[in-house]
Amino acid sequence: MGLKTFDRGIHPAYNKELASSKAITPAALPKTVIIPLRQHAGAPCTALVKKGDVVEEGQKIADVEAFVSAPIHASISGKVKEIDLYQHPVGMKVPSIVITGDGEKKDWGTSGGVTVDLASLTPDAIRTTIRESGIVGMGGAGFPTAVKLNAPKGKKIDTIVLNGCECEPYLTADHRIMLEEADKVVWGMRALMKGVGAPNGFIGIEDNKKDAIEAIKLALGPSCTDIKVIELETKYPQGAEKMLIKAALNRKVPKGKLPLDVGVVVNNVGTAAAIFDALNYGKPLIERVVTVSGNGIKEPKNLLCRIGTTFEEIIKQCGGLKEGGEFEVLNGGPMMGIAQMQLDVPVIKGTSGITALMGEVIKPKKYDACIRCASCVEACPMALMPYRLGDYGNMQRLDDFNGWGGFDCIECGCCSYVCPSKRPLLQWIRLGKLRVRQNQQAQQEQAQLAEQASAK
Amino acid sequence: MVIETIIVSAVSMGGIAAALAVFLIFADSKLKVKTDPMVDKLTDMLPGTNCGGCGVPGCSAFAEALIKGEMSPGGCVAGGEDVVNEIAALLGVDAGSKSRMLAVVLCKGGSAEAVQKATYRGEVNCTAADISGGGKGCVYGCLGLGECVDACDFGAMGMDDNGLPVVFYDKCVGCGACAKACPRDIIEMHPEEHKLFVYCKNKDKGPKAKKVCTVACIACSLCAKDCEVEGAIAMQSNIAVIEYGPDPLGGDAIKRCPTKCILFDVEKDVTKERFEAAQKGAVLKTG
Repeated sequence: MGLKTFDRGIHPAYNKELASSKAITPAALPKTVIIPLRQHAGAPCTALVKKGDVVEEGQKIADVEAFVSAPIHASISGKVKEIDLYQHPVGMKVPSIVITGDGEKKDWGTSGGVTVDLASLTPDAIRTTIRESGIVGMGGAGFPTAVKLNAPKGKKIDTIVLNGCECEPYLTADHRIMLEEADKVVWGMRALMKGVGAPNGFIGIEDNKKDAIEAIKLALGPSCTDIKVIELETKYPQGAEKMLIKAALNRKVPKGKLPLDVGVVVNNVGTAAAIFDALNYGKPLIERVVTVSGNGIKEPKNLLCRIGTTFEEIIKQCGGLKEGGEFEVLNGGPMMGIAQMQLDVPVIKGTSGITALMGEVIKPKKYDACIRCASCVEACPMALMPYRLGDYGNMQRLDDFNGWGGFDCIECGCCSYVCPSKRPLLQWIRLGKLRVRQNQQAQQEQAQLAEQASAK
Repeated sequence: MVIETIIVSAVSMGGIAAALAVFLIFADSKLKVKTDPMVDKLTDMLPGTNCGGCGVPGCSAFAEALIKGEMSPGGCVAGGEDVVNEIAALLGVDAGSKSRMLAVVLCKGGSAEAVQKATYRGEVNCTAADISGGGKGCVYGCLGLGECVDACDFGAMGMDDNGLPVVFYDKCVGCGACAKACPRDIIEMHPEEHKLFVYCKNKDKGPKAKKVCTVACIACSLCAKDCEVEGAIAMQSNIAVIEYGPDPLGGDAIKRCPTKCILFDVEKDVTKERFEAAQKGAVLKTG
């Protein structure tokens, strides 16, 4: 019998060996940081500081009342230079706080081991600390962790799944965290389980990271019964929430529902380590491990970067880009990452990697007509029909796009990857989603205007 | 025998034909969908392009609205003056004084003026390019991939050599399809009388805007100071914004603009004929 996994999916070239053996090293303290006020899914924050204010490392500088949100903290100590629009790594300009550093580092005492007895913490206290520390999902989407742990009434969460799959090619940040900080991950996992009152825990790791599996098993100890390590087949997108739940627990998240609805909460291993730091040392989420890799980088590394450090500065610390030719620099990995048009964009809470590609792989390809081979249908982990959705999105047939489940697409990019005609299916699907959202917004605005008119 | 066959078949076929004829006569009189002949007449008179510029979906819907009196003939933007007057005469109503609307492309940062930071290689379509920001240093400016030109049903737009869309003054009917298509809202609809425009949408502060484009508005507010009509030009989020309430005139406002991004009465210079002649000239020069 083979290893556990989900249906369909693809096997891209992983290229993890570039950075997987490089230990996590702290990056140089940046002189200035650009901290966008939108780093998580949900309502964007409003600044609590103003131009000229002196801020301390770890000070809360932005927050918002909304339920789905997370506060933002200063990642270096210094002076607020300005609050202005800056380019965001996920596109568009976003209001950001720029801090000029004074060059001082605060000692959080992060090497001091466990300082808090988990048994003495109440679930409420755990959730509050997680919210106040600004912790969001560190796998990429940036969903606020505290919101995940606040199950609505009547819904029982019985299982926490920790995501150590890291199926995205090139990226090795989670792999290194599991190897080097296995104890933190396991402790953070127990804190999460306590936070929601879940009796079971699973840590899902792909079988191309055998050493990480060993490290986590060692940290759990031989007598551990509540947390199990599950070895999963190496397949993309194994790390997608819904795929992981299917593989690890054989539960299927229904269309349009959340993992919560099947009693599961999924968190990234990096998030668990951040929770450890927050609960033990009161350290908010001000830095994260970023994998800098790709065939265009001179020395691939796993760097511990302050939030707000620019890509340019980080790439420089990895020997810079190789000479000659054009590059494609991505926020994230090659499958789901977003190409950047400039390098002075900051690392945010969801930046798991910076991938710089060059040469043959980024040559623009001409696409041909769809030959109806159904390769995309066979690859789609959500069991959609990407060839249809792509056309509907591109041709603005938005009702059909909705009807055929366009919004169930998790944007993993398997369809574009397998298409023999090289059709940019995912890009078209994203277009479709964007247009549907724009239309909805326009309709809402019109309805509001009509309401105002009738009120008069 | 042969005669018999002929008679039987003639009678039976004739019978069936008669029965069907009776049914058709009945259906024609009883089941007929009654349409106002006026709607058909008006629909025939309207341009039939179904552009949606009037605000209702399609020409026949507009004709119905006309008869109900919900709209005035002047609401048809694509028809032109003649059609509007004809309809008004037919219906015996006032044509409705609606000035001609025109699309204005409010960005002059083409490939010669705007700094190109990266090469965009994705799907050739503005909405898609806007997701990653395109290649220009300015993320407010024209992406130059021509989604507006594709959206125009009247052949009233083209892409010039500088990578910017132009609106042909003589062809534009003001339906607004291009403005809707533009993901960055660079194209605006204005009545013909508006002549003074700020051709920039960059919301960044002056130095930053200047770094990415030579014709960016740097919000120096010289135009606001120079304008003959006081208060007609105001600075909003680092761009000069024109209030058309009282006519801002414009002769003076443009004089001291350091980047020449505020221009007066230049829209009428681009006609289809001139544009095509210029294109041909360019081809000849390069070829």
